[in-house]
Amino acid sequence: MRTTSISPWKQAFQSGLLGGAIAVLLALVGMVAAFSGRYIVSGVFTMGQFLFLAPILFLAYMTLRRAPQMPPFRLLQTGMVSGAASGAVIAVFVLIGSVVNLRVMFINASPQLYGILTFNQGVGIGALILLVAGLLLGALAAGIILLPERTRKTIVQAALWVFTIGLLRDLIVTVSFRWGPLAAIIKQFFAVSGLTPVGAAILIALIGGIRYWQLGKNDPHAVTFFNNTKPTVRWLRLGLAGVILLLLPPILGIFFSEILDNVAMYILMGLGLNIVVGFAGLLDLGYVAFFAIGAYVMGVMTSPELGFFNMTWWEALPFALVTSFIAGVILGLPVLRLRGDYLAIVTLGFGEIVRLLVLSDWLRPWLGGTQGIQRIAQPQIGNFVFNTQQELYYLFLAGLGIVAFIAWRLKDSRLGRSWMALREDEDVAKAMGINHVTTKLLAFATGALFSGLAGTIFAAKLTSVYPHSMNFLVSINVLSLIIIGGMGSIPGVFVGALVLIAAPELLREFAEFRYLVYGALLVTMMLTKPEGLWPEERRRLELHEEEHSPAVSAD
Amino acid sequence: MSLLEVENIHTYYGNIQALRGVSLKVEKGEIVTLIGANGAGKTTTLRTISGLLKPREGHVKLEGEDLASYMAHEIVYKGVAMVPEGRGVFARLTVMENLEMGAFSLSNKEQINRNLERVFTLFPRLKERRAQVAGTLSGGEQQMLATGRALMASPSVLLMDEPSMGLAPVLVEVIFDTIQQINREGVTILLVEQNALMALGVAHRGYVLQTGEIVLSDSAEKLRKDPTVQKAYLGME
Ligand SMILES: Nc1ncnc2c1ncn2[C@@H]1O[C@H](COP(=O)(O)OP(=O)(O)OP(=O)(O)O)[C@@H](O)[C@H]1O
Ligand SMILES: [Mg+2]
Repeated sequence: MRTTSISPWKQAFQSGLLGGAIAVLLALVGMVAAFSGRYIVSGVFTMGQFLFLAPILFLAYMTLRRAPQMPPFRLLQTGMVSGAASGAVIAVFVLIGSVVNLRVMFINASPQLYGILTFNQGVGIGALILLVAGLLLGALAAGIILLPERTRKTIVQAALWVFTIGLLRDLIVTVSFRWGPLAAIIKQFFAVSGLTPVGAAILIALIGGIRYWQLGKNDPHAVTFFNNTKPTVRWLRLGLAGVILLLLPPILGIFFSEILDNVAMYILMGLGLNIVVGFAGLLDLGYVAFFAIGAYVMGVMTSPELGFFNMTWWEALPFALVTSFIAGVILGLPVLRLRGDYLAIVTLGFGEIVRLLVLSDWLRPWLGGTQGIQRIAQPQIGNFVFNTQQELYYLFLAGLGIVAFIAWRLKDSRLGRSWMALREDEDVAKAMGINHVTTKLLAFATGALFSGLAGTIFAAKLTSVYPHSMNFLVSINVLSLIIIGGMGSIPGVFVGALVLIAAPELLREFAEFRYLVYGALLVTMMLTKPEGLWPEERRRLELHEEEHSPAVSAD
Repeated sequence: MSLLEVENIHTYYGNIQALRGVSLKVEKGEIVTLIGANGAGKTTTLRTISGLLKPREGHVKLEGEDLASYMAHEIVYKGVAMVPEGRGVFARLTVMENLEMGAFSLSNKEQINRNLERVFTLFPRLKERRAQVAGTLSGGEQQMLATGRALMASPSVLLMDEPSMGLAPVLVEVIFDTIQQINREGVTILLVEQNALMALGVAHRGYVLQTGEIVLSDSAEKLRKDPTVQKAYLGME
């Protein structure tokens, strides 16, 4: 980046204004006020304060990070310029708000908001405090940068950890309730809202100490249990992960098991769509159709309300899976010759057709129309019926294990290679001897199969299916989680689902702001890590090459 | 019976006719070149032979067998390999993966290894760079890769579409030397070129294609001396 041509002062000033603008924006949408009572550290620091102070610090920090090498004093000055600019923007906002009634336009511009922004010190002194706070935060940003790496990482990470723990206080307390004596200890750290000051201090010291120590024996290539590639250790690691996964529901309780079920369901679908989109490069926007087909076939085959077959869940399972598979082929046939955006539109239409069919009055006697299908069977082994979230979790887990294994084996198989070639260049792939017809159809069908499986478990979980669960948003969610995780990457599907499905659930406390936070998170993520959170090895390789190419290193 | 025989093919893109009755023959062991200006239909001819396009009229025959009923990927199994125009390497795969992909139609591991050995002897450069992502190779290296990848399928006929395109003169020489080398090892070659001078230098026979029709065919030597060819394709007055 050619930062040298613009004066660093001007840049710092501009990004400072941006930081202030973000803070004012967060205030105007109501978040600052809404979370002013929500303490991170009880009696000391609220979430509301965080929301308008963090942008100042963050922007100052980013400016300094991007700025060319500067002597410490200049760095400090630049940081303070940025911070002061942010503080000034907020101060100006407060001053304007004190003379003009902004509430006409912005419903959230309440006296209470001004109170929070001025730390309840009145407009004049408040504005001054804001400026000083900006200066200090800017200086803090410079300070963070000036610290040696080990100390910096320690402090930043400890602060982030404590912030997260304080933020998730309610969840942690609720979950730890089941942990016996441990719960009593954990409770000591928390106040009614957020962490207690003492608790926060202890945590900072504890986490900071551990991180400092870990960073000290800094050999990044040291072999530990977590990166050892010896087969035995690998299996041990896998086994350990398995045991942890098995123990999750009793440890975490119902609320989390519900989230886990959801995540697992989306991973199942994600693994399927990842084959279609990630491996074979076929953009499918109607993916929810197969989920619907799996769920509805399960419903039709088992529900005594419809009374057609009255099968058990296990008896109906093969029918549901085969139908999904065939549906995949049926979608694949007409779109064989389509590529890119045309393919996207047609698959989108397919998804809508399936939704409209299950919704239609015409098929009502068989599919239940708007009423959906109730009393769907739940899987039973011997006398054991899977019917709570925690029990169904194990069913999801089993399905997930099988599907992940299949996906993993397919990836490096001959078929996986054909998908890859087809994705890269269809004509050349044909000229290599790849049968594009069967290859494409198998991609659609395998994807459909996995999605259908997710549908059958979903049906068992709710014991009912409704047309409105089968909307376009499901397809988009699955596609998004693949993109966020990293196109074509199997671990990426897991990470993507955790972020995309679990995060909004955990943020439930933030009610109407949840999707705002979440949207901002996604945008940031795609800007900073466009290749996904856990990219496929291949794409990592590509980016790696770019980093070393002269075109980039020259500037 | 010729190894490859193209009989009076008419190929269309939608309603646009690109080939108007092209006929040509390639005998076993030959290098035959097809020269012509931009848009003459050279690529279209190769794509029709390899089955990526189907002719509306006429036949493509390999050792006497009509290929009409075969799909493009099946024709590869018959021993026809193509080095596509603009090289068409799989940009995001490594050199090695590209080569493996070239051997997709083979199942015999030993044969694949032999072919790999042969490609690496022919292009030692590829061996050095086998772990590199193909998209980051130079133009010349990509051409080598595309050629090597086609050879991985143990073809009896190699269709090459403008291998010299966009390469520096020195590299062009290298590529044409390799073409002769490959031919000496027993691969029959149909070479499409705009660089008529070089093509006629290595080929045994040649055809001149003009707006979808063959207008001239003769031995390479005679074509080089033909006044119309000299004027139109060799840049001589
Ligand atoms: N996909 C297509 N759709 C429509 N017309 C096409 C298509 N591809 C080629 N054509 C037309 O067919 C004719 C022959 O094209 P072709 O690519 O075979 O020429 P060429 O001899 O290979 O030319 P060049 O030397 O530029 O590669 C041209 O008029 C071209 O415009
Ligand atoms: Mg061409």
